[in-house]
Amino acid sequence: MTNKLWKLLTSLRLTVVLLAFSIVLVFIGTVAQADEGLYQAQARYFKHWFVNGFTFFGHKVPVPLPGGYLLGTLLLVNLTAAHISRFQWTWKKLGIHLTHLGVILLLVGQLATDLLSRETQMRFAEGETRAWSESGMDYELIFVTDADADNEEVVAIPQKLLAPGAELKHEKLPFTVRVKEFWPNSTRPEFRAPMMQSQGAPLTTNGVGASFNFRPEKVTHAMDDKNVPVAILEIITPGGSPGTWVAPGWVDDEPMSSFLRRVWRQDFGKQLADNMAAKLTRPQTIEASGKRFTFSLRPARTYTPFTVTLLKTTHTTYPGRPDLPKDFRSRVRIQNPAKGEDREVEIFMNNPLRYAGLTFFQYQMVGEEMAAQRGEKPSSVLQVVRNPGWITPYAGCIIVGVGMVIQFMIHLVGFVQKRKTA
Amino acid sequence: MSKPKNNPAPSAPKERGWRVWVAWFLVLLFAGEIAAALLIPRKDKTFAVSQFATLPLTFNGRVQPMDSLARNSLLQIRGITEVPLEGNGVGGKWGKWEELGGELTERKWYQFDKRPKKLKPSDWLLETMLNQRQADERYIFVINHPDLRGLLKLDAGVEKSGLHFYRFSDLQPRLKELQTEITRVSQLRDESLRTPFDRAVMQLHNAWILFMRLKNTLQPEDSTDFAQELDDYLAGAAAARAEVQARQAKGEQLSDDELEKILAPVRRFAGRYDAMARMETPLVIPPEAHGDHQHNWQRTGDVLIEAPRHGLPETVRTYAALGNAYRAGDAPKFNQLLAGYRATIAEAGLVKELKKGANEEFFNRMLAFKRSMYVYVTAFLLVLLYWANLTEIWRRTAWRLVLLGFAVHTAGLVFRMVLEGRPPVTNLYSSAIFIGWGAVVLGLVLEKFYRDGIGLVVASCVGFLTLIVAHNLAQGGDTMEMMRAVLDTNFWLATHVVVITLGYASTFVAGFLAIVYILRGLFTKTLSEATAKGLARMVYAIACFATLFSFVGTVLGGIWADQSWGRFWGWDPKENGALIIVLWNALVLHARWGGWVRERGLINLAIVGNIVTSWSWFGVNMLGIGLHSYGFMDAAFKWLMAFVISQLVLIALGLLPNRYWASFRNLPPGGGNGAASLATGKPKTA
Repeated sequence: MTNKLWKLLTSLRLTVVLLAFSIVLVFIGTVAQADEGLYQAQARYFKHWFVNGFTFFGHKVPVPLPGGYLLGTLLLVNLTAAHISRFQWTWKKLGIHLTHLGVILLLVGQLATDLLSRETQMRFAEGETRAWSESGMDYELIFVTDADADNEEVVAIPQKLLAPGAELKHEKLPFTVRVKEFWPNSTRPEFRAPMMQSQGAPLTTNGVGASFNFRPEKVTHAMDDKNVPVAILEIITPGGSPGTWVAPGWVDDEPMSSFLRRVWRQDFGKQLADNMAAKLTRPQTIEASGKRFTFSLRPARTYTPFTVTLLKTTHTTYPGRPDLPKDFRSRVRIQNPAKGEDREVEIFMNNPLRYAGLTFFQYQMVGEEMAAQRGEKPSSVLQVVRNPGWITPYAGCIIVGVGMVIQFMIHLVGFVQKRKTA
Repeated sequence: MSKPKNNPAPSAPKERGWRVWVAWFLVLLFAGEIAAALLIPRKDKTFAVSQFATLPLTFNGRVQPMDSLARNSLLQIRGITEVPLEGNGVGGKWGKWEELGGELTERKWYQFDKRPKKLKPSDWLLETMLNQRQADERYIFVINHPDLRGLLKLDAGVEKSGLHFYRFSDLQPRLKELQTEITRVSQLRDESLRTPFDRAVMQLHNAWILFMRLKNTLQPEDSTDFAQELDDYLAGAAAARAEVQARQAKGEQLSDDELEKILAPVRRFAGRYDAMARMETPLVIPPEAHGDHQHNWQRTGDVLIEAPRHGLPETVRTYAALGNAYRAGDAPKFNQLLAGYRATIAEAGLVKELKKGANEEFFNRMLAFKRSMYVYVTAFLLVLLYWANLTEIWRRTAWRLVLLGFAVHTAGLVFRMVLEGRPPVTNLYSSAIFIGWGAVVLGLVLEKFYRDGIGLVVASCVGFLTLIVAHNLAQGGDTMEMMRAVLDTNFWLATHVVVITLGYASTFVAGFLAIVYILRGLFTKTLSEATAKGLARMVYAIACFATLFSFVGTVLGGIWADQSWGRFWGWDPKENGALIIVLWNALVLHARWGGWVRERGLINLAIVGNIVTSWSWFGVNMLGIGLHSYGFMDAAFKWLMAFVISQLVLIALGLLPNRYWASFRNLPPGGGNGAASLATGKPKTA
């Protein structure tokens, strides 16, 4: 029995079957992107063990398929097992060994990347300095209070703990936070104009909830869309409850608040829009045990032990083609007092900065011209990636390439010699 | 394996007599035609159009000659880069369009005695830019959708094999009807909701806009004496300024109304020029002598508006004078002005641009890819002739022709690279040219080894087909478009893109060899056992190359992505397409090593490779998603489907049992082809 299983695991036929299934899966997973969106399709087809029914050119097909993880693992097992059972050290086999070693490296490297890599974004306007980057998807609830004259104390609660009904306590917080509701996505805040009656009761009379209506919205998977969460919180102090508050993700998420400001300016004119924006971003505070706590729901931050300052953005297009970007680049200053480093770097397309285990890529940019139109400062967004396995594809590619060249050269030389002697 | 010389060659009769003459005639004919095209410069009869054709301007983000603008515009408006001025009227009457009435048709293919007068691209552009009223009377707008013709109340126009062409003056009275449809269609959010009629509307819309742009590039289209107009405009502006200054000097406070009144005559001109600039016309005003040449090309309309303050560039006056001379039919004056202008801008430091203009115009005129297409197709027919009667001279002649075609193909490819300053593949169009080039190299190498015509068939046929694909892709307009920032890296274009394209090319070559196997084996008796084995071995060898190239190319693509976005693999459709090719090639090789497929199986799998590759090359772009998508191409979709179906039919044929195969019918059952598996030749390599 085990013998049979071992034989199956090491067989070339299993390889062929697995490759065939992989082709089918990749094909279906690609076509499905048109219907399900890139992220959803990626997750469902390639980052699962099984695919529970698939979409094919808009039609739902209730047939289960092996998922990417399953096929990848089986291919890895098959490859490794075949090598263990048939491994022969001869020069003639060098090419094949190298090729397969490289493939194993690539597969393992991709698995590592999948599990270990983190992508965040660093966004700043010219002249601003950052010691952190933000998540593009996850938020955190923070409470900030003055620790002493110079320092602030920040308590950050990750989004995944904000489940409805949860009661959150922290030693540094003299109160309990009860999550009444948590909406993973919400509609644009609607202004409650003071004179209008027919808008129903506000969510709460505290803070931002008094001036704006918030509503839940279906979670989106589209590539160019974003989920903006809203949390409704009740604060419970030992002495009772000071009330309910709304913590919207719209406030401290720069691209979202700037988007709102633009839309409002268009709809209501500059004066009213700026007024509304001021109301939306006014800090919300609670007092407890004689301390003031400011709180907000903001994109989750990852701090860096160094600072990055955006010095200059450059955004050029081709002459006569304002729609065709030619070059965009950010000149930044890196300051790392611990290492005594202070230098300027230029980051542009295809030329990332690798520093301290992180890689900084030029991602988005609001260039001079567009910034002037919007009445903002030019700004830039860098994609910050931590991927400890980044080197594996480079190594894998070289090893497989060399392996194949050796193998095919052996074939070719043999073939030519045979023809000569025939 | 038999020696090459033991292949059919020895049984061939010794070549002599008329065959030798015909063979050399063919080679010399093509070589002579190509040499003539390269060496004989274009002669101008009256106006020095050839000097106009090479003038540099900036359009679509790059410096290019007038000739390129002319060709690409004609391709988008008319679909064909020539404008015939004569043809057939009612009852077979031949003459100029304006002298004929009723149904008009262009020259039929059998009217060998007729040589209609035609406008070459640059003739047409010159006329469009400087004699707009005349240009309105040319049959250039192609409108084929019957409903659109009905809506615009058009007659049959000038017809050419089912295509109908119209003049601007035919369309102008119907602008309102067209506008309504344009508004409706542009409001459709999703392009995939557009019907064929909607697409015809938008196509005409785009052609219309382009034509308007060209007409307003050098001067406002309705100006009859632009040189005079310029004087009036500048004199008016100077007078207005003088008046304002004079009255201010007197201490008068001018009210807005009074100021407007003084400026009114100038404003009338400025309004016209502003309208020109807003059309986004090509940038024809070269940069001043100093500074960065790429960035300060300007539009005529823009410099006209600025002229009262910053002065008028000499170029505008020169073009105005050229226009007057051209409309007056004064060729000597026109030519003299043009020569003077060329000297002026050369002096001003535009030597590089002038040279680029001349080179690109030469490249356009060379039509390298079209010429190699004709040579390939002739070579292909000769190999068929060789297979039919095994006369070695046809094979050798085909070999020479493929070499000739390849030389021209290569020259075009390299010329393009030099013009662009880029590696060979920068877009879908150039990928087709490069796939063809790679396939021809492989075919020639195979032929060198086997000398049985198979390599030549592959080279000529794949070369021809991919150039046809390229020709059709070129209908979209400028094929040397600038690269957007993320793609602007010669290193990755030279490595990832070139290698992956070679992967496509070799997978196609393997698939094509398989097609040769099936067609020859099934329908002719020429597929001997040795040839069949040889073919299968070629397929195997090429599949190995395909695996190497597609794998390395795909991983390099991943590394590029890692360099520009920080992720090695993003499951983007184009990435997945490439991955599928890698997986497919790996599957073929493993199935063969495992002895799961033998000769015939390998052949059939190789044809599936054609489908897989065409899907990755074109199919994924049609999904309209992801970073690599170039928009939905619907004509291409039909062709892709037709190609896939043809390959499926071939596979079905390949699956037929031996008794249906003309070449294998007489083999003992179980013997010959089936049993002589490749696996015995190269046992379990893995």
